[in-house]
Amino acid sequence: MNAAFYLAAAVAVIATGMVITRLNAVHALLYLIVSLLAVALIFLLLGAPLAAALEMILYAGAIMVLFVFVIMMLNLGPQTVAQERAWLRPGIWTGPAALGLVLVVELLYVFVTGDLGHPAGQAPVAPKQVGITLFGPYLLGVELASFLLLAGLVGAYHLGRRTHRGGSGGQVP
Amino acid sequence: MTTSVPMTHGLILAGVLFAMGLVGVLVRRNVIFILLCLEIMLNAAGLAFVVAGSRWGQADGQVMFIFILAMTAAEVSVGLALVLQLHHHFKTLDADAASRMRG
Repeated sequence: MNAAFYLAAAVAVIATGMVITRLNAVHALLYLIVSLLAVALIFLLLGAPLAAALEMILYAGAIMVLFVFVIMMLNLGPQTVAQERAWLRPGIWTGPAALGLVLVVELLYVFVTGDLGHPAGQAPVAPKQVGITLFGPYLLGVELASFLLLAGLVGAYHLGRRTHRGGSGGQVP
Repeated sequence: MTTSVPMTHGLILAGVLFAMGLVGVLVRRNVIFILLCLEIMLNAAGLAFVVAGSRWGQADGQVMFIFILAMTAAEVSVGLALVLQLHHHFKTLDADAASRMRG
């Protein structure tokens, strides 16, 4: 089962290297999603299924969708269609698709063999145990995280509103 | 059961990913890319927590990963709102365009 870990690690490193060297933001996003999926598979192999699920749902799902929204908002105009055609022409997506295929094959192999390796032979940490710890000793941290999320919500709303006259948006006059 | 993955290799992977994200932050000048590389760095930190938590079979690593996730969500929402403001004011996404302070 060590081979699965090292293969996923190699996929993650390669995809991350492609992220920081792309010139186009959409191409970088494709590679970053592959990198996050590889890290999620590593979490699964390490015996952390809840972290793997959260990595896929929140990182590769929600946060990347935010990036896609912003990139698309910055490119409004008649040339957008041609630009998207140039972004997603055949040949661009073969790299992320190949890396993703490696991950899919690896995931199927892990599920078929049914042998999830764990570092140092420890048992996997079940989501129930994580929940008990999260809402037990770390309850104060949960409250602080809710404060932080509320502050982020208010800050994003304040900064993101469209100011008239193009003036000082989000600045104290 | 086969021999398991040593914790050192997981931590090395986290370190490599963090270093790549740091290089990206330092090299790229596009704000979108800087935010993406920040994501890579936070993800690497979460990976280190999960690896260490898995090594000792404790749930604390995954709890810290959840906290990092919440912090990342807040950071990304505020950061992307700032990107929209930057594009609105300067008509560019170059970070160096906003390097001068007023006053």
